[in-house]
Amino acid sequence: MNKTINQKAWFFVIPVFVLVAFNAIIPLMTVVNYAFQETFGNNVFMWEGTRWFKQIMLSERFHASLGRQFLFTFIILFIQIPLGIAIALTMPKEGIGVPVCLVLMSMPLLIPWNVVGAMWNIFALPDIGFLGHSLNALGFDYNFTQQIGDAWFTTILMDVWHWTSLVVLLSYAGLQSIQPAYYQAAEIDGASRWAVFTKIELPKMKKVLTIAILLRFMDSFMIYTEPFVLTGGGPGNATAFLSIDLVKMALGQFDLGPAAAMSLIYFFIVLLVCWVFYTLMMRNEGNQ
Amino acid sequence: MAKITLKDLSHSYLKTQSSNADWAVRDVNIDWNDGGAYALLGPSGCGKTTLLNIISGLINPTKGDILFDDKMVSNLNPVERNIAQIFQFPVIYDTMTVYDNLAFPLRNREIEEEKIKLKVHEIAEMLELSSTLNNRASGLTADGKQKISLGRGLVRSDVNAIMFDEPLTVIDPHLKWILRSKLKELHQKINRTMIYVTHDQTEALTFADQVVVMHEGQIVQTGTPVDLFEKPKHTFVGYFIGSPGMNLLPCEFKGGEVILNGKKIETHKKVKSNSFSKTEVGVRPEFINFSSEGIPVKVLSVSNTGRHKIVDTQSESGKIKMIIKPNEDIPSGSAFLNFKKEYTYAYGDNWIVE
Repeated sequence: MNKTINQKAWFFVIPVFVLVAFNAIIPLMTVVNYAFQETFGNNVFMWEGTRWFKQIMLSERFHASLGRQFLFTFIILFIQIPLGIAIALTMPKEGIGVPVCLVLMSMPLLIPWNVVGAMWNIFALPDIGFLGHSLNALGFDYNFTQQIGDAWFTTILMDVWHWTSLVVLLSYAGLQSIQPAYYQAAEIDGASRWAVFTKIELPKMKKVLTIAILLRFMDSFMIYTEPFVLTGGGPGNATAFLSIDLVKMALGQFDLGPAAAMSLIYFFIVLLVCWVFYTLMMRNEGNQ
Repeated sequence: MAKITLKDLSHSYLKTQSSNADWAVRDVNIDWNDGGAYALLGPSGCGKTTLLNIISGLINPTKGDILFDDKMVSNLNPVERNIAQIFQFPVIYDTMTVYDNLAFPLRNREIEEEKIKLKVHEIAEMLELSSTLNNRASGLTADGKQKISLGRGLVRSDVNAIMFDEPLTVIDPHLKWILRSKLKELHQKINRTMIYVTHDQTEALTFADQVVVMHEGQIVQTGTPVDLFEKPKHTFVGYFIGSPGMNLLPCEFKGGEVILNGKKIETHKKVKSNSFSKTEVGVRPEFINFSSEGIPVKVLSVSNTGRHKIVDTQSESGKIKMIIKPNEDIPSGSAFLNFKKEYTYAYGDNWIVE
């Protein structure tokens, strides 16, 4: 088919361009501005080149928070994705159980982040919280405000509680879209339950799982409110993930230059990982 | 390899049944002889697929028994019954190659790779899939995918029966013809029981030696295509098979005779019983001709299909269609019709009366 060439069409792109400019490009440029310059207020700027970038890239503090961030994201993905699929597989496919399960599953997703943090903080307090008190009563030495392991355990448990539902709902939607004939054919072909899962269900869920992993990667990599309310990044810096560290640097220490450079590096890491992952997942989809 | 017997079989998808309409399949009694080519013919929603799924073991019937060679199999699963079934829409395993797809049913049964290889190549050859064996199955066109589905049904050489559930729905018309002849050819070659579900009478009549006609969950007639045409046992068979279908006219049964509008009609046999709520006389358009006396009609219209002419006429009891040779004269206005006695049947409550 021959495409008509008409340069006037650019005119119609203007509204979107303006919108994107105001909500993304211009704020981002402000950050870029700070990342390459030094300022002492009063709108006085001095050119610093790539100094802040070098400083961040070489800073042990950044390496540590980036390492914690990757570890956290990896752990929650490793738990939430298989758990989400497993729960979706056991959910009823028809009848009254369907809406009941869907509503129950959606509940954690509807709770605001800071409420989740506060809830879990109280829930896990070693002396008065139900979880903390019970664990101690059972003989575990549990105190998430003091012990690093307990702080990680609580943060991960909170995230799993809050977000596994998202994976469940996406997987469930993927499972529901599989035609019954696939299961019947597999039964006729003598496929085992495991073969049905790996040869039919997983391939059919590939697209929704890609979305689920991307969403969970981005959200967990940028997590801020929940651990901030729960542990405040502590004990020490043990649960100070990238966002928490960034806010400390920008607003706590008012190091605007390094913080801006860190924001950009942070942004590019998210972008890069998402792009690589998506490209890898979709590379065989072209021939369909 | 087995004779398949269905005994007093009924199935309902509902928990409780209050009327006949609640049954998807009811009171089915039939023998499928070993090595036969059967077509299961009927309109959409008449219970064909349900019956097929009951035979293969995907559905457990509400009532009745299934026997293979007089051995009860009602409680066996599809694998134990060893049935191959091909579905209406292509089912392929996306992540596997065409070869792996075809080998899948054999690998699940732990057959040696050597034997699998021979069998897969043989089937691929037959379905003209040899050149694509190493491609990913998901890249194929709809008919390529359906060929894989067919192939997976055909690779197992020891199956008790192969069942096709309207397998050519998604296939282009010209390929349909080729694949159907292939199946027919295959049947002659491997001599296995095949049951072919369809709502298309041409498909049924060209594929099968025996056609089983279903209507509202019941089997209304089983027979050769000629039987179904010449002697429909149920009014549904009369109008579903044939184009145009059988003429059915309301009439009376009196003293063993069929009375149409006060006139005695000769049928192939005397009518026995009198106690029906609905009585009809049926005759196919092919078995009617113009005559000097008989049933008075008005000729309404004539359409010429080339091979024959279809004449629409109006009688006192309703419209009558007839098929005559293209060179035959058609009286204009009023005329009289004669029904061929040996092909004229009486129907009481839709079933033939003899």
